[in-house]
Amino acid sequence: MSDLILTPNIDGADDFYADLLSAHESLDKAASDAFNARLILILANHIGNRAVLAQSLAAAALQPEEEMK
Amino acid sequence: MNKIFETPMYAYRHSPDQDEAAPVRRKVVVVGAGPVGLGAAIDLAQQGVEVVVLDDNDKVSFGSRAICFAKRPLEILDRLGCGQAMVDKGVVWNQGRVFFDDRQVYEFNLLPEKGHQRPAFINLQQYYFEQFLVNRVRELQQQGAPIEIRGRNKVSAVGTHDTHVTIEIDTPEGSYNLEADWLIACDGANSSLRAMLGKDFVGRVFEDNFLIADVVMEADFPTERWFWFDPPFNRDQSALLHKQPDGVWRIDLQLGWDIDKEREKKPENVIPRLKQMLGEDVEFELEWVSIYTFQCRRMEQFRHGRVIFAGDAAHQVSPFGARGANSGLQDTDNLCWKLKLVIDGKAPESLLDSYDAERIHGADENILNSTRSTDFITPKSHMSRLLRDAVLDLSERYEFARPLVNSGRLSVPCTYDGSPLNSADALDGPSRTRPGSPCPDVPLQDGYLLPRLGGRFILLTIDADAPDMIEEDGIEVTRLALSARDDPTLALKARYLGDAPSAVYLIRPDQHVAARRPSFDESLFRAAIRRATGKE
Ligand SMILES: Cc1cc2nc3c(=O)[nH]c(=O)nc-3n(C[C@H](O)[C@H](O)[C@H](O)COP(=O)(O)OP(=O)(O)OC[C@H]3O[C@@H](n4cnc5c(N)ncnc54)[C@H](O)[C@@H]3O)c2cc1C
Repeated sequence: MSDLILTPNIDGADDFYADLLSAHESLDKAASDAFNARLILILANHIGNRAVLAQSLAAAALQPEEEMK
Repeated sequence: MNKIFETPMYAYRHSPDQDEAAPVRRKVVVVGAGPVGLGAAIDLAQQGVEVVVLDDNDKVSFGSRAICFAKRPLEILDRLGCGQAMVDKGVVWNQGRVFFDDRQVYEFNLLPEKGHQRPAFINLQQYYFEQFLVNRVRELQQQGAPIEIRGRNKVSAVGTHDTHVTIEIDTPEGSYNLEADWLIACDGANSSLRAMLGKDFVGRVFEDNFLIADVVMEADFPTERWFWFDPPFNRDQSALLHKQPDGVWRIDLQLGWDIDKEREKKPENVIPRLKQMLGEDVEFELEWVSIYTFQCRRMEQFRHGRVIFAGDAAHQVSPFGARGANSGLQDTDNLCWKLKLVIDGKAPESLLDSYDAERIHGADENILNSTRSTDFITPKSHMSRLLRDAVLDLSERYEFARPLVNSGRLSVPCTYDGSPLNSADALDGPSRTRPGSPCPDVPLQDGYLLPRLGGRFILLTIDADAPDMIEEDGIEVTRLALSARDDPTLALKARYLGDAPSAVYLIRPDQHVAARRPSFDESLFRAAIRRATGKE
């Protein structure tokens, strides 16, 4: 079974974070919210694996790690 | 236009039962002559079981109501002798379009799986559907089958006993009583029998109203299903356009909760809305307008001794996904062969409890699916609206988002996983035909598989030996021998063999798989037959 990666995994983390912020820069609140929703759906589809998605939901809910499996 | 739903189809007639001093005892009484009650009655009468249908009305469904009938009910209707008439009259469609705001986001072709005698579904007005069933009842009567429909016979009270049910009936000529060995309650969503038995139930009410209008149009609209999310002509709501036979179109407009129903229904308010949707110059005539709300709920148990509930009386779903009548027919298809065996003393009464187990499983699946559609169509929170709109925006550009768009999921039959009638799966075969599954159709060299299974117990052998017939404690099982050599489209292999070189299936009268193994083993199949008839 593949597991959700919760250790550093992005090359150039600072650059990615800057990209994320700049994607929102010119957007108002409603457009930013819509952007985030689309982004979540695109990433979720890319992951595809239901177990990993379930673990992601639990991780985002800040559940203790042992309950996430 | 003289509409068929305004003409009495089973007018009141005086029955000799009304003149008897003591109540006459009938084998089976069905309450309600809707799609489900009529289906049950035809099924029983075809098996030679005496059945009387009581209905408080004398006409078919007022207005259209249900319009989509899926493949599985059509296959059941084939066994009831009226599938062909429905398919001939119905409209078959595969193309659909989805609109969001002021634009089309995508179009699709359902590309139904090939190799089935029946289409994935047809559109047909419910009043035609019921009319074909009534015609079939008349045909059976002419052949001397023990079936009767009594119009304007309203059940006003029932009494339940260990051995029978007593029924009080109001007619235009006063009331009379009947007794029945068994009563099947198919008296619809507002079932009065449910209330009489004190089994009324609560469920999730969706706070929404939908305006349905059936309009007759001259327009050259294509035979497609169009669904709008948040269109300019119905802001923040949804809309649906669907074709029915005779140039009739179903229009379904979501209205929201706080509305004045009587006002919305007035033609002077309906017509401008429709013009916005169809275009100013489209000529149309209103056939029928109605406003409905819906609930998702089911009874805790469908069987209460000798009173058995089926169809909308037992469970209700939102109309998205067309599961009402479709699942109701699966109820009676599940019930009637069991009831016949119990009446004939060939199976214990407890076999009927498997009806509860299996059809509650089916109802739960339908409620789950239609609730999800409703939650997509009518988002319940700010965030669900945001995600819904994101799915629709993405669906315009990227294919991946399209399966997430949920404007109603096609009604498919449920697999009775975990049913007490199943034997453990002993074949390394396709998952879609594991025990509990409805048999998928297969084209053979000469016709299709499902008509050859018919409505009895079958031992289907594929390149395997077995006796032509087995009898186990009164249950006769007939062999149907097929070979992968007679499999022009390879569908038999794909649907029933997988990688296995041979297979033997025990198939129930409702064409669900009860057991399967790579080869015939007499004692194991005898055990499977006992299990499938509630004997172990
Ligand atoms: C707008 C709309 C669209 C729909 N679309 C679809 C669809 O596309 N596909 C689908 O499968 N389903 C659809 N449905 C659902 C479908 O119409 C119902 O599920 C179906 O009619 C249920 O059949 P039934 O026989 O259980 O009940 P009903 O059709 O309600 O029949 C019950 C019968 O019992 C009679 N009755 C009631 N009380 C008594 C009494 N005390 N004594 C004697 N008789 C009595 C009534 O007169 C009636 O004839 C739709 C419903 C609506 C409202």
